Amino acid sequence: MIRAPVLVVALLLALAPQLVLADEMIVSGLSQNRVSITADFDGSEILIYGAVKRDAPAPGDSPLEVIITVEGPASPVMVRRKDRVAGIWVNNAAVRIDSAPSFYAVATTGPLNHILSDTDNLRFGITIERVIRAVGIAAEADDAGEFILALLRVRTDEDRFRILEGRVELTEDTLFRTDVVLPANLTEGEYKVRLFLLRDQKVVAHQERVIGVRKVGLERFVFKLAHERPLVYGLLSLVLAALAGWGASAAFRLFRA
Amino acid sequence: MQLYLPIAEVSVNAFLILGLGGIVGFMSGMFGVGGGFLITPLLFFIGVPPAVAVATGANQVVASSVSGVLAQLRRKGVDFQMGGVLLAGGIAGSAIGVWLFNWMKALGQVDLFVQLSYVLFLGLIGAMMLQESLRTLLRSRQTNAPIRRSHVHSWVHGLPFKMKFRASGLYISVIPPLIVGALVGVLAAIMGVGGGFIMVPAMIYLLGMPTKVVIGTSLFQIIFVTAFTTVMHAVTSQTVDMLLALLLILGGVIGAQIGTRVGMRLKAEQLRILLSLLVLSVSIRIALDLLMKPDELYSVAGGVLP
Repeated sequence: MIRAPVLVVALLLALAPQLVLADEMIVSGLSQNRVSITADFDGSEILIYGAVKRDAPAPGDSPLEVIITVEGPASPVMVRRKDRVAGIWVNNAAVRIDSAPSFYAVATTGPLNHILSDTDNLRFGITIERVIRAVGIAAEADDAGEFILALLRVRTDEDRFRILEGRVELTEDTLFRTDVVLPANLTEGEYKVRLFLLRDQKVVAHQERVIGVRKVGLERFVFKLAHERPLVYGLLSLVLAALAGWGASAAFRLFRA
Repeated sequence: MQLYLPIAEVSVNAFLILGLGGIVGFMSGMFGVGGGFLITPLLFFIGVPPAVAVATGANQVVASSVSGVLAQLRRKGVDFQMGGVLLAGGIAGSAIGVWLFNWMKALGQVDLFVQLSYVLFLGLIGAMMLQESLRTLLRSRQTNAPIRRSHVHSWVHGLPFKMKFRASGLYISVIPPLIVGALVGVLAAIMGVGGGFIMVPAMIYLLGMPTKVVIGTSLFQIIFVTAFTTVMHAVTSQTVDMLLALLLILGGVIGAQIGTRVGMRLKAEQLRILLSLLVLSVSIRIALDLLMKPDELYSVAGGVLP
């Protein structure tokens, strides 16, 4: 019966490099992993919480930091700029951006430029500038960079892009939590939640989870009908309108009589 | 009460929409117009995407026109023959309009296109109406004013393909009504309006129709043109929001009843001056948007909506 311990030791040796990398791991939870868009949907608040699991005491040299991102479904976008042409303001220059998320929130325990190195930001794509994909836009307009800035500005104003620095609460270097408010003008799809643990500006552990956002009930029915059976939908809208018009007229006659 | 609109994909206050529908219904009950020229810009204003506002506006006009025609039918105010001819032009115009609309959308100029149409047509019609009704008002104050003939013969009456329109008591060429119908059809598609504000003066001054059949006939053909436009928008761009339309209609119905009562207490000239001022102010408001430097020069289009 000497083989079992040997096997365990061999296994441990084989796993050793990974263990060194992942000596701090994330255990996380979401207050809800599904958001339903109903007729009275007015935004939703998601609680993202978790703990750091360690096999050894925490390395005491540098403080632990946490970054949590929530990313909505991405799509290509057109950014247009108005210019004054013949006295009026018209859309003139346009830049196509390959992919930009419909929603993006970054919550952190501290200022991003203090806790995250540029290399790891690039590697993991953490800040919004690193998530937007815009390849070869320089060829489309002289000042393509301005268009990216404009996209960030417009979506930030719409509450679609958010930087929540210092909004992750970290207790005893172990427990963390944050709230992310999903706005009312939410797009359907899979929302990716990513959690990062950082030390010394480097990502030491990360995890990914998914929140499904779906229209339900009446919203789902109307949306599906409009897209899958557009003709039926169009005719149904007419019937409803005609009935409402007739009903109003009939009700008014009754009212007067 | 917040309500999430499934097609527009924005959350709006249901009472705000009901209120908007109500205001527009009030106007349409008072002046006898569909009110589309008011509803569409108001929807832009509260953040509904322009494409959805235009398509849904057309759907709302269907409801208010049906209600109006039923009322006119009882007092025999609908010339079906004339309506049919206008309609033939209108359907053709509407198809062209939807095509133009989608083309402009692809170019990214749909907002400008819709706004320019509003400024141009509302400005023109508003100014004409104001001038005409002010003149009538002044003339009615003079005691020895010359009597105006009900309609005068012009170049319109020299065109071929003449046809008898019994309810209107006219014997004229079908070409002018076809053109008027087509023009209104184009406007209905690109502006989300019924076009009553252009149709009514065209029928009175261009075709020489008697006033008692003008509103009913205009509404009659508007039902079909806007119905066609609604279906075309639903099929080509999926931009008709049923929930939004229903709320607008509900508000509009209530507003229209109040508007009709208020309208009955005012004189025809006063009504027309008020309507022309309203039309002009909408036009000026939109023109200012185009002329003044916007706060944000950039706009973002993406996701499911243009």
